[in-house]
Amino acid sequence: MNPFLFWTFASLMLVFGAAVIINRNPVASALSLVVSFLGLAVLFVSLDAYFIGIIQVLVYAGAVMVLFLFIIMLLDLRAEERRKINWLASAGGIAVALVLLIQIFFVIGHFKAAQQTFPPLTGPSIDDVHSVGALLFSNYNLPFQIVGVLVLVATIGVILLSKRETR
Amino acid sequence: MVTLGDYLIVSGILFAIGFAGVMLRRNLIIILMSLELMLNAANLSLVAFSRFRVVPPGLPNYNVQVFVFFIITVAAAEVAVGLALIVALYRARRTIHVEDLRTMKF
Repeated sequence: MNPFLFWTFASLMLVFGAAVIINRNPVASALSLVVSFLGLAVLFVSLDAYFIGIIQVLVYAGAVMVLFLFIIMLLDLRAEERRKINWLASAGGIAVALVLLIQIFFVIGHFKAAQQTFPPLTGPSIDDVHSVGALLFSNYNLPFQIVGVLVLVATIGVILLSKRETR
Repeated sequence: MVTLGDYLIVSGILFAIGFAGVMLRRNLIIILMSLELMLNAANLSLVAFSRFRVVPPGLPNYNVQVFVFFIITVAAAEVAVGLALIVALYRARRTIHVEDLRTMKF
C-alpha cells in the first residue's frame, strides 16, 4: 500500500482512538470510536482483507455503535463531567500503559520478520468472501455452529437482563 | 514501502490506548469502548500476519481471517451482554461509576 495513505489512516485511527478515552462526554467518545473503526476498516482493506473490512464497518460502525449511543441516551450521564479527576491514579494508569507500549516496541524491534515488506499476491484473483466462506463451512463448521449457539444464548441473556421484574 | 512492523506498531499503540482507557476511566461505558479498541488492535495484527504469510495459490492465509470473523462475532455478543448488564446495574444503583460500586471493597 502507498505509505502516505497508510500513515494518514493509521494516524487518523490512533488520534480518534485516543479521543475516545480523553473526551469526558460519552457521546463524543462514541462518535470518536466510529471514526476510529472506519480508519481500521481502511487498514483492513489495505491488507487485501475486503470481507473483514466490510464486516468491520457493518458490525462495529453500524450495530455496536447504535447500541452504545442508545444506552448512553437511555442513561443520564450528566454527572460524569462534574467529577474531579484523580490525578495520582491517572498518572499511575498512564505509567502502566507506557510500560506496556515500551515492551511492545521492544518485542517488535527484536522480531526479524517485522522489517520485511509484504510479499506480492500471485494468485488468480482475490475472492476472499468465497475463500472465507468455504473455510467457514468446511474446516470450521463446528466452531461456526458453536458461535451460533453463543449468539442465541447472548440474545436470551440480554432479554432476561433487561426485562423489568414483575412481582 | 510499508513493512509488517509498521502494522504491528500501529496495532500495539491502539492496544496501549485501549489499555490506558481501562486503567484511567471510571465510566463503565467508556471501559467497554476501550475493551473494543483492544479487541480491534488484536484483529489488526492478525490480519497483517494473514497478509504476510502468503500460502501456495498465492493468496493470503484465510484461516486467520476466519479467526478474525469469530472474534468480531463474539465481541458483538459481548457488547450486547455488557450493555445489558450496565443497564441492569444502573437500574439497581443509579450509577455506572466504578468508584461508587464498593460493596465488595475490603
